[in-house]
Amino acid sequence: MSTLARTARVAPSVRPAEAEARSSTLASLSLPLDPWLVLALVGLAVCSLLALGSTGQGAAGSASYYVQRQSIYLGIGFAAMLVISRLDYALLRSYARPIYALLLLSLLFVFALGSSANGSVRAIQFPLFSFQASEIGKVLLIVSLSGLFVERFRQIREPRTTALLMLIALIATMFVIIQPDIGSSMVYVVIALAILFVGGTPGRHLAAILALGVLAVTVVLFAAPAAGVHVLKQYQEERLTAFLHPNQNAHKQGWQQEQSKIAIGSGEKTGAKTPTQSALNFLPEAQTDFIFASLGERYGFVGAAVVLSLFALLIWRLLRILTIAKDLFGATVTGGVLAMIMFQVFINVGMTVGISPITGITLPLVSYGGSSIMTTMLGLGLVQSVYARARSTNARKGRATPATAS
Amino acid sequence: MIVEPPKPSATRVSVPPLLAMRAAVLGVIALLAFGAIFFRLWYLQILSGSRYVAEAHANAIREVPVPAPRGEILDSEGRPLVSDKVVDAVLIDPTRLPESRREQAQLYRALGHVLGLSAHHIEALVAHGHSEVPYAPVTIDTEASPQALTILSEHANELPGVVQEPLRIPDYPYGELAAQVLGYVGQVSPAELKKPAFRGVPPGTIVGQAGLEYYYEPYLRGREGSQRFEVNAANEAVPVYLPPAPPTRGDNLRTSLDVNLQRAGERALREAIDRQRAAGKPATAASFVAMDPMNGEVLAIGSYPSFDPEAFNHPLTKSEFNALLGPRAPGEPSPTINYATEGLFPTGSAFKPITAMAAMEGGYVNPLERFGPGPCLEIGGLKFCNASDAPFPPMDVSEALTVSSDTYFFTVGRRAFLHEGSIQAMAHKLGVGEETGIELNEYPGVVPDARWRAEMNRRQEKCEHEHPSNAKSECAYVSEVKPWTEGEEMDLAVGQGSLQTTPLQLAVAYSTLVNAWRNNGDGVKVRPHIGIAITSPSGRLVRRLVAPPLYHVHLDPEYLGYVFEGIHGATTLPGGTSTAVWTGWNQSAHPTYGKTGTAEVYGQEEDSWYACYVADAKRPIVITATVEHGGYGEEAAAPIARALATEWFYGRSSTIVKPSEIAP
Repeated sequence: MSTLARTARVAPSVRPAEAEARSSTLASLSLPLDPWLVLALVGLAVCSLLALGSTGQGAAGSASYYVQRQSIYLGIGFAAMLVISRLDYALLRSYARPIYALLLLSLLFVFALGSSANGSVRAIQFPLFSFQASEIGKVLLIVSLSGLFVERFRQIREPRTTALLMLIALIATMFVIIQPDIGSSMVYVVIALAILFVGGTPGRHLAAILALGVLAVTVVLFAAPAAGVHVLKQYQEERLTAFLHPNQNAHKQGWQQEQSKIAIGSGEKTGAKTPTQSALNFLPEAQTDFIFASLGERYGFVGAAVVLSLFALLIWRLLRILTIAKDLFGATVTGGVLAMIMFQVFINVGMTVGISPITGITLPLVSYGGSSIMTTMLGLGLVQSVYARARSTNARKGRATPATAS
Repeated sequence: MIVEPPKPSATRVSVPPLLAMRAAVLGVIALLAFGAIFFRLWYLQILSGSRYVAEAHANAIREVPVPAPRGEILDSEGRPLVSDKVVDAVLIDPTRLPESRREQAQLYRALGHVLGLSAHHIEALVAHGHSEVPYAPVTIDTEASPQALTILSEHANELPGVVQEPLRIPDYPYGELAAQVLGYVGQVSPAELKKPAFRGVPPGTIVGQAGLEYYYEPYLRGREGSQRFEVNAANEAVPVYLPPAPPTRGDNLRTSLDVNLQRAGERALREAIDRQRAAGKPATAASFVAMDPMNGEVLAIGSYPSFDPEAFNHPLTKSEFNALLGPRAPGEPSPTINYATEGLFPTGSAFKPITAMAAMEGGYVNPLERFGPGPCLEIGGLKFCNASDAPFPPMDVSEALTVSSDTYFFTVGRRAFLHEGSIQAMAHKLGVGEETGIELNEYPGVVPDARWRAEMNRRQEKCEHEHPSNAKSECAYVSEVKPWTEGEEMDLAVGQGSLQTTPLQLAVAYSTLVNAWRNNGDGVKVRPHIGIAITSPSGRLVRRLVAPPLYHVHLDPEYLGYVFEGIHGATTLPGGTSTAVWTGWNQSAHPTYGKTGTAEVYGQEEDSWYACYVADAKRPIVITATVEHGGYGEEAAAPIARALATEWFYGRSSTIVKPSEIAP
């Protein structure tokens, strides 16, 4: 966030476009916010706190500790979203290269200095929070790749443009994979695909990428291990493939998923009054990766349905803003944020109900964790900015049209 | 960082028209994904919810069974014959034992040293316990001395897995008293768990294994409780209070046994054994039955040798097991056998009243007809003689019973041979050679007849055919394959030969005669029984145990009169076989009717028998007693009966009312 803010602040003050920028900054205070998006966001934040309240002793402390910390993260995140939404996202477009450089540097920096969490190096510990570069990197990737895409918009019919853009995205993805953080790397790829898709890359290019992707996954997960070559670490392979045969892995990865299913299933219609699965730590990572299972256990089908409905509302609003964006950059940024959130929601919830692999992907806005919340909030801030500009343009057009006519 | 200034107007790229379509595609993808997840949630939470609730419960709730105290077995006055007590037991929790075999062996040695047990024994117990109920603590000792317990507590750290816990075990306030009748308890075996009687019994439960403990097991058992606690994923107990399900104590069994009578009887058994052994007889085993002839309530029933049922409270060592339940050499008595119901012998002359009834009812002996002078009868070259070759004159049936004239009854036997099966039919009707239906293990025995003989011949021949080389040692159905002979019928008439019956059967037969006589010929074959009622721990009647008579028996009262006259004479008249034993008895208050029996055992000392009825308007009693290889009936067995009668009518408990009159 600090990087973005600095860039935004520096740009208008020293450059010739100062006037327009300042006027837009001043005007921004009166810019509209999408109320539905805010409603979904606040609703999910409340659900997050309720779900955390029903978990037991976690790695860092009691449930109240998690609730307290999460409220602070949500508060700061919400403020950050408000600030970003007041700025003109379009200013970021021309900083695509430096933002991309920042993305790679921060990932490298974390890899060099970071602390280890669950066996992989993802975060740098600060006194109050840990900085997870791969999380924040998702937003940096959305902004930089969107900028680079729009720059080459006229050549999008050429395969090498698509290949180049994918290469740019994959370089960042590789930096994430080596941390190793398979879950985030999948989000990176999805973000890149979404930007190309929303931006109008020809379907056959996308189809070719998908075909290559499927081939790569097959080789990495099944063919290479069968031949004795392990591209991924053993536990990563197991986690990614466990959901395909849960009964064989009753004591390994399958166990976690089984416990998650038991937690959710035992919630029944309206939830268990004494949720033992999350309270007694049968549910792994009850505060983070498996927060949806905690929630499903404590609040049942009703609770799970409310959370899913709030996500549906969120996604509907993102789709809506995507279509009303006033320029392509706004659309691709919104598309990137949309893909990021949607993919994470489906993979995370799918993981807890046993229909997708365990990947360590968090549930946006609900899972405990500062970096995750901040990333989602920053993304939503950008989308709010897209919404605000779209609405104000339409409004001006709306006022201007009758004036011109008269 | 130097960056290019933004040129918004020049670079703003408008939205391609394709976008709306592609947004719609994204929308459809989102819709499908949401649909899939909703469907899955519906399946997990609504359709299979209850299954997952059960699984979550199974995850977090651990149940530890709490054994139920067994019900008590009470005598007729409510005195507990079997109760229970709490002891400090030494157990091994196999889950906390050291892992290495060497350390385990060391621990067993150390523990064995303190408890006085062999390390091998302890190891065997742990292994056995594991095969019964895996991971459950195994009881090692229930009789450790306070010193031993202190030593174990002090060295608890060096003996991981050795724990002390209060354990509720059966208590036998009277020690060996009625041990074979009460039976004993033990952990239910895997084989027993498969039987319908033990359906629903958790493995490891202590159940009755013999005697009344076994027969009334479902009532005495009670219901196991459980202590529940919640565990977390690391299997550590979490401090949540879950109400325990307390065990339910088993119900009590009220019996017709009289502790004082039982004690007097068992003392008399020991005295008889000691006396006969001092006189040079083997006197290996002995038993008695005392019952109410009118309703079959067993007042006392005992067997020698006996054992202390406490022995079964702790796991048996090999030598203990062999002493109690191990195989026996031929003729060696076993303490766990109840000779009153499981000991099969010929009765000798004690059988004669049955022969007399059969002969009179069969019409081939007139009660007043005198015949059968002594000392011997010679039939087909074989001599059949009176005891001590007594030269009796011809007698009528009463006189013959009084002096126990064998020559008279041999003659009856000769006549019975012409009325085939009449003695056997009477014996069966009165209860000899039939299971009595008592709550204890028993054997039917044999009343030999022509059909039985033919069957035995067949088996003997088959056996000899199968073991041509060693037929002599392998086949012992009959000594010689021959048809049923007059001689055998004559032997049966005096209770010798192949007759096999138990003291209890004889008591039932005498009881049937007694109640028929008392009821003017209309008798019942009683069903001997010990249980009177099941009562709750608080004393409330749960169930009255009824043992209705098996069937009605009609006998000619006149003939019964001759028989009882004869056996009354046997206890009172000069020349009566047990007159000496009853010397000084108040015959006007409680007239006695008794018959001795001295059963010849080929090549060994005779088995000594006595069967009697002591009359009383309210408390009549039939007593049978036997001493195996004890010599003459009047010497060994009759004094046991007198001791019982004395206790019954003149003992300290003589004022008590009959068990059947006590509301349980």
